[in-house]
Amino acid sequence: MKTQTETVTERSLPSFSISRHGLFIFLCLLPALLLVTVFIYYPLFKGVVMAFQSYSLFDLSNIEFIGLENFKTVMADSAFKESLINSFYWVFFSLLPQFLIGFIVALLLRRKFRGRGIYQAFIFFPWAMSGFLIGLIWRWMLNGQAGVINDLLIKLNIIDTAIPFLADPTWAMVSVIVANVWYGITFFAIMILAALQSIPDELYEAAKIDGANYIQQLFKVTIPYILPTLIVTTLLRVIWILNFPDLIYSLTNGGPAGSTHILSTFMLEKLIYGQNYGQAAAVGVILIFILLFFSIFYLLATKFNKAGDF
Amino acid sequence: MARQINWQLLFKVVFLSLFLVFTVFPLYWIFITSLKPTKDMFSLPIHYSQETITFENYINIFKISNFDIYIMNSLILSIVAGFFSLIIATLSGYVLARFEFKGKTQVIFAFFITQMIPLFIGLAPLYLLMSKLQLLNKLPSLMLMYSVMMVPFCTVIMKGFFERIPSSLEEAAMIDGCSRMAALFKVIIPVMLPGIAATFIFAFVQCWNELFLAIMFIDKEEAKTIPVAMNSFITKFDIDWGAMSAATVLSVIPTLILFAFAQKYIVEGMTQGSVKG
Repeated sequence: MKTQTETVTERSLPSFSISRHGLFIFLCLLPALLLVTVFIYYPLFKGVVMAFQSYSLFDLSNIEFIGLENFKTVMADSAFKESLINSFYWVFFSLLPQFLIGFIVALLLRRKFRGRGIYQAFIFFPWAMSGFLIGLIWRWMLNGQAGVINDLLIKLNIIDTAIPFLADPTWAMVSVIVANVWYGITFFAIMILAALQSIPDELYEAAKIDGANYIQQLFKVTIPYILPTLIVTTLLRVIWILNFPDLIYSLTNGGPAGSTHILSTFMLEKLIYGQNYGQAAAVGVILIFILLFFSIFYLLATKFNKAGDF
Repeated sequence: MARQINWQLLFKVVFLSLFLVFTVFPLYWIFITSLKPTKDMFSLPIHYSQETITFENYINIFKISNFDIYIMNSLILSIVAGFFSLIIATLSGYVLARFEFKGKTQVIFAFFITQMIPLFIGLAPLYLLMSKLQLLNKLPSLMLMYSVMMVPFCTVIMKGFFERIPSSLEEAAMIDGCSRMAALFKVIIPVMLPGIAATFIFAFVQCWNELFLAIMFIDKEEAKTIPVAMNSFITKFDIDWGAMSAATVLSVIPTLILFAFAQKYIVEGMTQGSVKG
């Protein structure tokens, strides 16, 4: 058996007909599709319907279809506007450093060196942690009284007096973004590193023969080759950054005074504390629309049409 | 000998070292904090290494809470959900890797979409669904949901692993008289065991970390998971940072060990499966 595998060099295409294997395919996919439909798509659909209903856990006897009322209420809320604007800051200023630093790290790790494996294990670990825990750790480090960040900055002579990181609205926003950058660099580094390793060495050799220096190689060979990865990775990251409220939830919980709320934490607050399912769902629907518009615009702008098949 | 500075190497060493410090420091800091006696927690100046090590914070969280129960709950939950999603994802990943059929793109797209939409919209309906199924405050509610949530991503990873194994391998086994299922389990699965282990670990870590579904579904002490318990440690005005740091360290250690073990394969699987240019 083993010798047979070794002689196979190319992947042979499946040559089975649908009719013969249709039942097998169906049975193998059934559990996955059934579960996903019942426990992801059905609640999602129900959630969208709720956005048009007066669905509050306090008043379950009074559920009616109320059209766009939830959307009107939510959009009139100044906290909504603030979290909408915050969402854009949050995504943009989190993404840019993540991308750049992640890219540089990946470039530096491309070539094998002694200890690379251990180094990778050390810098990749944020990925094994939850946003919730990361938020907690940073909340402790940014503590006003005994925070290590203030202490470090003072010792390095960068600041004179301690900064009230989590009490001041502007600094609070900076804080959640820094924590998020810490979290997300790993993702970019992993994805870009893997893409870099798929670039054939011949391309670089050819570029060298043509006299290209490092920067020229970067822009003429490296970036064009891994562009699809860069595009998809960025898209996924934007979506995840917007969708996952856990880091902000444990770091500032939207505070002080709503200054670090993004749409998903705002929605969560309506859901968990307000128990107003209708309004929470309305925020969710708005979020879906934003994501949809962004994704379409982004994919069109990058003229990239293969995202659909991963 | 002429002194020549290799700027590229210097940049590499300096950048990677600084980045290592940046990445590792927060974890180091929470670890050091967890070993501090309570009276030193807020004392100044701050010490960057801890001379008087105490385990009182660790002992405390077991005293003030049912941390042993939370650990058991998280452990059982993550193992069960990990296995369940792995089995389902193996079947669907195999089919998606090996066969061309009508609707294949749509199936992949349906999985892909689940990664892109805010699932919180479904949180309230899920709560109502679980209450109808009488699963609220019971671990099976989370076992079920975590399995489901992990299936799409695990399917994609498994698809990637299957695609790297030549299909002639199981064709040969089938010519030898195996059924397709027997070929899959006797021939293919053993070959890709490292990949399967990595996928399981990935799912395990995700389930171990999940917070919001657990907050929604679980309110009773005996069914709390570690994240839910830690969430309830956060009172509105104050956090017991000694207990919290010890809890953080305890909840991170298993995932870090598993992740260090599996990261190579996870990275491979992810890039094979999820982002192909």
